[in-house]
Amino acid sequence: MNEKKSKKGAFIALVCVAVLLALTIVLENTLDPTKNIMLFTVLKKGAVYALVASSMNLLNGFTGLFSLGQAGFMLLGAYTYAILTIPTDTRSAVYYLYGGCAINFSLPELFGGGAAGLILGVLIALILAGCVAAAVAWLIGLPVLRLKSDYLAIATLGFAEIIRAVFQWDKLGPVTNGANALKGFPTFSSFNIKGGLRLSTFVAFLLAAVCIGVILLLINSSYGRAFKAIREDEVAAEAMGINLSRHKRLSFCISSFFAGVGGGMFAMFATQAQAKTFTTAMTYEILLIVVIGGIGSISGSCIASFLYLACSEWWLRFLDTEVVLKSGFKVPLLRNGFRMVVFSIIIMVVVLFFRKGIMGDKELPDLFRARKNAKVKGGEGNG
Amino acid sequence: MKKKLSLLLAGAMALSLAACGGGTQPSGNSQAPDNSGDKVVRIGVFEPSTGDSGPGGKQEMLGMQYANHETPTVEVGGETYKVELVYADNGSDAAKAPTAAAELVSKDVALVLGTYGSSCAIAGGPTFDEAGLAAIGVTCTNPNVTAGNDYYFRICFLDPFQGTVLANFAQEKFSAKKAYLLGELGNDYDQGLLTFFEQAFDGEVVKDSFPTNTADFSTYLNKAVAEGCDVIFCPVSIAYSTQIVKLAASMGLETPILGSDTLDSNMVLEAAKDSKVKLYVSTFYQEGGAPEFDSGIKAWLASDSTAMTNNGGNDTIAAVTAMGYDAYYTALEALKAAGSIDKAAVKEALPGVTYTGISGAIAFDDTGDAIRDTAYIKTADTANNVWALETTQTVK
Amino acid sequence: MQYALSIFLSGISLGGQYALIAIGYTLVYGILRLINFAHGDVFMVAGLFMVYLSSWFPLWVALPLMLVLTVLLGFAIERAAYKPLRSAPRMSVMISAIGVSYLLQNLATYVTGGLPKSYPNLPLLSDSLVIGGVSTKWVTVITPFLVVALVFALTQLINHTKVGMAMRAVAKDFETSQLMGIKINSVISMTFIIGSALAGIGSMLYFTNYPSIVPLSGALPGLRAFVAAVFGGIGSIPGAVVGAFIIGMSESVIKGSPFSIFSDAFTFALLIVILVVKPTGLFGEKVTDKV
Repeated sequence: MNEKKSKKGAFIALVCVAVLLALTIVLENTLDPTKNIMLFTVLKKGAVYALVASSMNLLNGFTGLFSLGQAGFMLLGAYTYAILTIPTDTRSAVYYLYGGCAINFSLPELFGGGAAGLILGVLIALILAGCVAAAVAWLIGLPVLRLKSDYLAIATLGFAEIIRAVFQWDKLGPVTNGANALKGFPTFSSFNIKGGLRLSTFVAFLLAAVCIGVILLLINSSYGRAFKAIREDEVAAEAMGINLSRHKRLSFCISSFFAGVGGGMFAMFATQAQAKTFTTAMTYEILLIVVIGGIGSISGSCIASFLYLACSEWWLRFLDTEVVLKSGFKVPLLRNGFRMVVFSIIIMVVVLFFRKGIMGDKELPDLFRARKNAKVKGGEGNG
Repeated sequence: MKKKLSLLLAGAMALSLAACGGGTQPSGNSQAPDNSGDKVVRIGVFEPSTGDSGPGGKQEMLGMQYANHETPTVEVGGETYKVELVYADNGSDAAKAPTAAAELVSKDVALVLGTYGSSCAIAGGPTFDEAGLAAIGVTCTNPNVTAGNDYYFRICFLDPFQGTVLANFAQEKFSAKKAYLLGELGNDYDQGLLTFFEQAFDGEVVKDSFPTNTADFSTYLNKAVAEGCDVIFCPVSIAYSTQIVKLAASMGLETPILGSDTLDSNMVLEAAKDSKVKLYVSTFYQEGGAPEFDSGIKAWLASDSTAMTNNGGNDTIAAVTAMGYDAYYTALEALKAAGSIDKAAVKEALPGVTYTGISGAIAFDDTGDAIRDTAYIKTADTANNVWALETTQTVK
Repeated sequence: MQYALSIFLSGISLGGQYALIAIGYTLVYGILRLINFAHGDVFMVAGLFMVYLSSWFPLWVALPLMLVLTVLLGFAIERAAYKPLRSAPRMSVMISAIGVSYLLQNLATYVTGGLPKSYPNLPLLSDSLVIGGVSTKWVTVITPFLVVALVFALTQLINHTKVGMAMRAVAKDFETSQLMGIKINSVISMTFIIGSALAGIGSMLYFTNYPSIVPLSGALPGLRAFVAAVFGGIGSIPGAVVGAFIIGMSESVIKGSPFSIFSDAFTFALLIVILVVKPTGLFGEKVTDKV
């Protein structure tokens, strides 16, 4: 464990993050964006999932509260972000089924449009996205956080489903566009300067890195130690003077805040926000990432989210295409759907045989101590 | 042990990055040049082959595959190119569509065909737009597919048109005063059509939406009966429509069911077989419209068992198959007009392309939509298990 | 009136089908304290077994064979995915269950090629009949009776056989019963076998009513049945049955109302209220019912 992370370690980590961010800029501007679109897709989505997985890890791994509501909070974030940032003149096209939108302002435009307006508008919309998610989490937490383990999991899962149904409700159409997708808001690609630097991946990494940094700081603060104490033994923690309900609520709200921000970023990645995307299956996906990375390791969650997405979306794609060798021999098994079968088998193997995941409950700096030469590779995880 | 594993995995990532930096393309065999020595032009097929639109996507692909089988080469700028279809499955899921679209972009295709289902087209559209890759929508009828997207074109009619056609038909044929509208939640295609039908329909409507993966439609149908509706309009994807029709057949439902182009499938027909269901669908193509194409594709289906399975086990031709066929030839026309297989040149040439296909004449307007004013309305002849042409509708 | 009757019939049959799935959840939870997320998918796979088997064999072979295969599947899942994790924290086992569910869905997509499969027509069950002017299938009428009969048989098994006694003992105290010489593993296998067999029967009833199977067909009924199990007090068989009928009925009623969009949301809202007011569910406290 890293109770006393030396200043040197923190410094190295910061340098790694900076190098990594610089690397994304360099990569995106030197590589052909068309040929390597899969790489950038995975990197952007990976950054978003890394943040969401870290937020889930904060709750499930560090505080020991088994919650399955992550997709619901992401949904809140995604909708908040989208509703606040869709340009006013495209609103009537997006809300065409409801004859226009009830909310007629757009944050980037409020800040005067242009580059500054875009940056400020998006930032504030993301922060508000997190706040909405945190506020709802606070409300949900009032009854739900009294429940224990499995019951808590089911109740949060149920709330996520309820949130989804509410957002699909016709009557809220002028605000949420009913069950239809919201689109037209600024995405990561909006940050590519026309004819200049391409910054879309960099923006995704920067946002994720800052949020994950905050989560890390929190974990290493006295609050983080209180969370861990609650995870280890609630009764003992209470006896030591930790206010159980307050800390649980805090952890739940903070985790939801970052899930909300992650949801907003997911909308930026997917270029649209639609309630039916944020299903229980998405929560399960994030949970699997947390488990593969190691419950209780933020850097593990980060590494795992990139690996998970690269495998499921990119590297294993070849399994889906039928291959006929020159001799006319058709390679057996390969056809549509095989990729996901192989992928789920890999997941089962990890879950059964590598129970602690990639990192266990260790963070990357713990590995540095053992192997100093792992620096470059280590950089990956801190994004 | 764990450390080693983690370092190994992290290393693998770093390596893959390095590999990309080297400019090589790690994904797959499709990049290898064809060994026959011919030049190859790739056409992306952005279609669902899994999920609830899977059956429709597969039938649409059949049209393209048959067209490719019929005309495997194209003359571009004086050179003969072999046409290769590159597939990406969007899983009928708007969340997976952008990645599937990105995959096509990475495979260096000249243009893209697809997709069935407007939701995925809308979700994948921005990826094509950004990459500067033109896409020809085959049967995605929602206005939002092409609106605001310079790179999306389409060869089918639009939902405001289709909704109006069906609303008019309901009023003329059944003198309907009250209609029951049923669609899938959050599906742009369903919800759009319902709204356009409602706008054009001069009477009362009862509107319902069911969540994705619903299996129990009996409450909805019973509600339609209880409300005393004269027609049921359910423009839903094949997976749901087969269930609805099957249920209606077993209930002995007498209210006529109206459907959109998605219901024009032999699987839906099969569900209505030997029942008293009154089923009417609006569609792009009526079998018999192009006898040569009909007989050709039937022979091809008979020779290819996989294709037959994908067509639902028999050789009734779906309109989406005919549309897929037309889309392929429109794509070839675009390549010829561009005189190059460069995607930018193809995009430049596409707005000017005209082509007379088996489903009618195709030309694009300013937004990239096909100029079409005719829809066929077919009815299910349940005793003989075939579609019969009811009427041809036009709206000015 | 007819409409109310049709809603009632649909609610009763749904409730019965959910009850058969819910018992599987509740049995496993009672013993392993594990939410078997894969159970809904076992139910879906049972439907697929029937689709394929009935195209190869006559019905009187296909039906028992389907049950046998479903039972084997449930048994195999327990041995492969849950048994190795017996000493692991509960969360790991739950995650393993999610993994199995993911695997089954993807396998089904692969095998069916993503196309919906239509369930074969079963004699008698699929036939239509008219009650009070409402047309329905025989399965709707048979389901509640079959469920009651099966539950009765199951309670007899649990209360009056040696295996049943062992199951009760294990549910009450895992470690002590081990000390008493009960073979834990075979008892656990037994619960999975019973649960899977009921899911197989449930799938037969359910898919006769809603005859289209896609890889995600099991997800929603599974989730609802699970809510039913919790609602009734997880671990309790009568609780699961009562919960399932309540859930099935309320789902049907809400679908028939203008708020049909909230049918699932209501199910969960009901669950949360119960959890907060009485966290162990309707029948959860009665330890004697816990199996």
